[in-house]
Amino acid sequence: MAFYVVQFLTGLASAASLFLVASGLSIIFGVTRIVNFAHGAFYMLGAYVAFTLTERFSGALGFWGGMVVAALVVAAVGVLVEMVLLRRIYHSPELFQLLATFGLTLMVEDLVVLIWGPNDLLGRRAPGLKGAVDFFGQNIPSYDLFLIVLGPVVLGILWLLFQRTRWGILVRAATQDRDMVAALGVNQKWLFTSVFAVGVFLAALGGALQIPRDAVNHAMDLRIIVDVFVVVVIGGLGSIIGAFVAAVLVSELNAFGILIFPKISIILVFLVMAAVLIVRPWGLFGKQEAAARRTPGLTVNPWRPLTSGERLAAMVALIVAAALPLVGGNYALTVGSEVAIFVIFAASLHFLMSVGGLASFGHAAYFGLGAYGVALLAKMAGLPMIVCLLLGPLLGCVGAAVFGFFAVQLSGVYFAMLTLAFAQIVWSIAFQWVAVTGGDNGILGVWPEKWVSSASHFYWLSLGVAALVVAALRVMVFSPFGFALRATRDSPLRSEAIGINGKRIQWTAFVIAGTAAGIAGALFAYLKGSVFPDNLGISLSVDALVMVLLGGVETVSGAVVGAIVYKALNIWLVSQTDLSKLVLGGFIVLIVVAFPKGIVGVLETIRNRRRSASSKSALVTSRIETAE
Amino acid sequence: MSVAPILLSVEGLTKSYGGVHAVRGVSFELRAGEILALIGPNGAGKSTCFDMLNGQNVPDSGRINLLGEDTAGKKPRAIWRLGVGRTFQITATFPTMTVRENIQVALVSYGRQLFNLWRSTPGFAKAEAGRLLDLVGMGAYAERPCGELAYGDLKRLELAVALANQPKLLLMDEPTAGMAPRERIELMRLTARIAKEQSIGVLFTEHDMDVVFEHADRIIVLNRGLLIAEGLPEQVRNDPQVRAVYLGGGLMYDARHHEGAAT
Amino acid sequence: MRASRYYFLGAGLAIALSGMANSAMAQSEIKIGEINSYSLLPAFTDPYRKGWQLAVEEINAAGGIGGKKLVVVSKDDGGKPADAQTAANELVSSENVAMLTGTFLSNIGLAVSDFAKEKKVFFLAAEPLTDAITWAKGNRYTFRLRPSNYMQAAMLVEEAAKLPAKRWATIAPNYEYGQSAVAVFKKLMSEKRPDIVWVDEQWPPQGKIDAGPVVQAVAAANPEAILNVTFGADLVKLVREGNTRGLFKDRSVVSFLTGEPEYLDPLKDETPEGWIVTGYPWYSIKTPEHDAFLKAYQAKYNDYPRLGSIVGYETIKSAAAILTKAGSTDPEKLIAAAEGIAVPSPFGEISFRKIDHQSTLGAFVGKTALKDGKGIMVDTSYRKGADYLPSDAEVEKLRPKE
Repeated sequence: MAFYVVQFLTGLASAASLFLVASGLSIIFGVTRIVNFAHGAFYMLGAYVAFTLTERFSGALGFWGGMVVAALVVAAVGVLVEMVLLRRIYHSPELFQLLATFGLTLMVEDLVVLIWGPNDLLGRRAPGLKGAVDFFGQNIPSYDLFLIVLGPVVLGILWLLFQRTRWGILVRAATQDRDMVAALGVNQKWLFTSVFAVGVFLAALGGALQIPRDAVNHAMDLRIIVDVFVVVVIGGLGSIIGAFVAAVLVSELNAFGILIFPKISIILVFLVMAAVLIVRPWGLFGKQEAAARRTPGLTVNPWRPLTSGERLAAMVALIVAAALPLVGGNYALTVGSEVAIFVIFAASLHFLMSVGGLASFGHAAYFGLGAYGVALLAKMAGLPMIVCLLLGPLLGCVGAAVFGFFAVQLSGVYFAMLTLAFAQIVWSIAFQWVAVTGGDNGILGVWPEKWVSSASHFYWLSLGVAALVVAALRVMVFSPFGFALRATRDSPLRSEAIGINGKRIQWTAFVIAGTAAGIAGALFAYLKGSVFPDNLGISLSVDALVMVLLGGVETVSGAVVGAIVYKALNIWLVSQTDLSKLVLGGFIVLIVVAFPKGIVGVLETIRNRRRSASSKSALVTSRIETAE
Repeated sequence: MSVAPILLSVEGLTKSYGGVHAVRGVSFELRAGEILALIGPNGAGKSTCFDMLNGQNVPDSGRINLLGEDTAGKKPRAIWRLGVGRTFQITATFPTMTVRENIQVALVSYGRQLFNLWRSTPGFAKAEAGRLLDLVGMGAYAERPCGELAYGDLKRLELAVALANQPKLLLMDEPTAGMAPRERIELMRLTARIAKEQSIGVLFTEHDMDVVFEHADRIIVLNRGLLIAEGLPEQVRNDPQVRAVYLGGGLMYDARHHEGAAT
Repeated sequence: MRASRYYFLGAGLAIALSGMANSAMAQSEIKIGEINSYSLLPAFTDPYRKGWQLAVEEINAAGGIGGKKLVVVSKDDGGKPADAQTAANELVSSENVAMLTGTFLSNIGLAVSDFAKEKKVFFLAAEPLTDAITWAKGNRYTFRLRPSNYMQAAMLVEEAAKLPAKRWATIAPNYEYGQSAVAVFKKLMSEKRPDIVWVDEQWPPQGKIDAGPVVQAVAAANPEAILNVTFGADLVKLVREGNTRGLFKDRSVVSFLTGEPEYLDPLKDETPEGWIVTGYPWYSIKTPEHDAFLKAYQAKYNDYPRLGSIVGYETIKSAAAILTKAGSTDPEKLIAAAEGIAVPSPFGEISFRKIDHQSTLGAFVGKTALKDGKGIMVDTSYRKGADYLPSDAEVEKLRPKE
């Protein structure tokens, strides 16, 4: 019995640090609607800075003071980031801020290694809390008891802050309705900055508090960021109590889950999230989000099909690209093939995300399913390559049909997180089902047959398929289906009122996008000759998001450009420098500032401005306040 | 007018939320070509009633017979398929499309081409889209991005969209809300003209009593979920119960200046 | 769309041109292509890089390979198998390297080994531990330097079997390395000690251990001995929780790799005492070969070597020996030269077995101890790799027929 009590308390201690970080993320998202990917980086920075401070200043004051000062220092960094970077892009398309914070995260990962060195750092134990307390023969670390108390205390402080201060009331109001706060004449700028500071402070404090238990290292950010997102979503976005309950729920399920299924940890949070979201689409304590209003002042260039001149130019460009084998060697062609494959992948996500308004955080699942489909068919069934290429993507199609059905019942960030959960579930199956998938050692020897084994032939195959898929997706964008999909994205109310079954349209789009991603994955398997679980992993999903955002989420061809720029640059940087993350992250941040609508988005805006400098558009007064 | 067929008949429509009776046993009819106004003070149950008719809300009891079918509990898209067009209090359009494309999407849906992956939409039923735009006087705006339109133009566009499925009935929720007075009159005249020409029945809710008394053929009045009056504008205007409900007996069309504030 | 095509072309051209420029290099040098997870695992790959850089310096100071200068072209794989393949392709296609070496993670080692097999390139895997690379998925183009999972397990089992403990629990990261380490250990252990019972197993996700509940769960099973396979940050967390909660008190612990400075040093004054571990006690090896290496390394870097330094150093030394013996960069001749070749190493002479291409580099087994607030290995002894491999008949069965 004592054991179960202690296991419960241990779970509570784990929950405390998770809650601290999650609450910060939740507050930031609630008010600014920023999906702050850099939250893990701030957590890690908190740990590093606290390590330095607690090493330098000894004693109880040095330790506890060091923790708080570290969190304050990192919060100041957060303020700087908010003012210099994020303020510029609040009016950018949805999720564009994700790109900026992703770039920051990449930079921080390399920077901490440059500053603090590559080795894991062992911080001090907390003065006075080094030992353990005996509980009927079981030991409970006294630091755990401290954390168990700290969690609810922080929750209480936050609650008081939100209930009893003017600032807190404003934050709550902004969480519910951003426009209302603007209407109240509140200085929104400083509200956002202060909210960001508080959120980052909590993250950094959460990181600093790990010092007595963990080793400070440069992978801490990625270890926590996904779990924290999951906790926030399970609890309900913007709900602090929800974050607390979810942190406790996840931690306790893990603490007791491993007693029965020792391998459960790897997937537990995602199973919980998928279950919660299917039953409660807005998390445990979340409320249905008001339909997202378009950012005021944001005018979108209407999409139009290519003119005949542009079509010709595209054909010429394709022919020129097809001439690469005349000048390029094997390596250039292989890189070209890889870029072409990622063009397909990015275009497939673009179809879902830009056309359908459904930002998937787990799109790699269908890429990977296509790859595994090919690998399994080739290795287990021994089918010829052409058959594998045709049938392999069907696994992506089937996966998209099953998961898409549930995912399209949700929208916004909840949709994104459910797709992430599904992708992680697929990933863990590939990772754990060693007998079939080979686990993390993957499936080897999936090489192309003779007729395309040369680099140039495979390049032509990839380029040809990419051209076909991109063209097909483009035709679909301007097809009746594409318009129905955009209609569902633009106004669910109106599209329903003109007879469009939005969910079915979105589901179909999900299947189309999943199949196209599967085609990319199928080619990828043959390009690499092998398949690994990371073909389904989060980082690949994030890559796809970055490509679409980089190119311009509100354009038709942004994904193609984004994929080419990002992939080619990535390959080149990884080949040239060990600090590729720092450089790539810096590049992304620059792009974000210079091209706040993505590369193609800004190019189009410039072109349109030139074209129609004369025709001033009428004032948009679409927001009429009514009480009914 | 009495010879025109009945498009909509509502019987004993009832809805309550957690003990609050929003709509209590409301019954009325609407005939082809008839313009019927649904009015009442805030909280009278107009919106609830309206939402049940267009499928956004499910009644607890009562019957809705729309164009010969029982539509209680049906989805808005199913009701639209029966031949019902609708406009919203706050316009709902597709801001990233051009004006013409807004119409074309509706035409695509009407032509049951929603899952067509091949045809080009910008060329779809261009003539019909142009005809609808001309009908509401928006022909010149066809290529404009919808997101750039002034509010009054959006309202007209919405009317054109609502007409795309050649409806027999239009449901218009506060069609003139948020518009300048002159625009209001123009829009309602346009609506009335189209209704008469094409013999379309129109049910609308409205706060502006000028609009109501000028354009409605008949008026029904709700208060606290109950239907308290029904009849021609003259009859309703002089109904003591209605006068009592509206502004404590003051002449309601004299109170027009307050209407904007009341919304 | 139009703009996009131009980007495509531009990127392609840039890559093509850079490739051509490189291939026009002088013929007076021999290139080795090297791939490792430098950005993902700097703690392990930094000393490794220092090791191979030292080797390159020594080789060229001694006249290079058959008079030609040895050049190592090094690429980062970012910890992803797919990126490792891109790098391998670049090294082979653009840099025209004579052979590939390196890799740390098992799945990356396997990916590059499969690439080597398909493209018929010689590959000397440096650090990956998986048995598959020389056995189940072995191929004639792939050799491996570091003592494998099986060998490390066999070395530990030898000591573990002497313990009186009968009730054993295991803690291992939930991926192939952890799974096969536990499987091999269990198999060999049960052969020697049929009386043993396995009372609990914990499989925390690699890099994400929730140490408190894991320690508590193991303690609840009340084992007499524990096998640990976790390493890096997971190990630190496990040790800290285990120390605080008294998990290791009066229990024997056998632990893979923990004696390697990479994993032992971060534990500082919290290093648990008396664990039976494999590792690299650089401070207590007193052989002329190792002294020479240690002196050279410390002189060059003003730092002490880690195990990665040995692996990096010996990888390039072995590669150079193979290239010299082959007198050619033809992969078939390299394979012929490598099979059975004997190479000196800081741990004494090693050889690459013909039967499975595994080197006989061994490891040190000893016990952990605390000295001046730092973890060290004591009672160490070097175990030759050749003594901890299965019989040739068994190996034949494990390796696919070519």
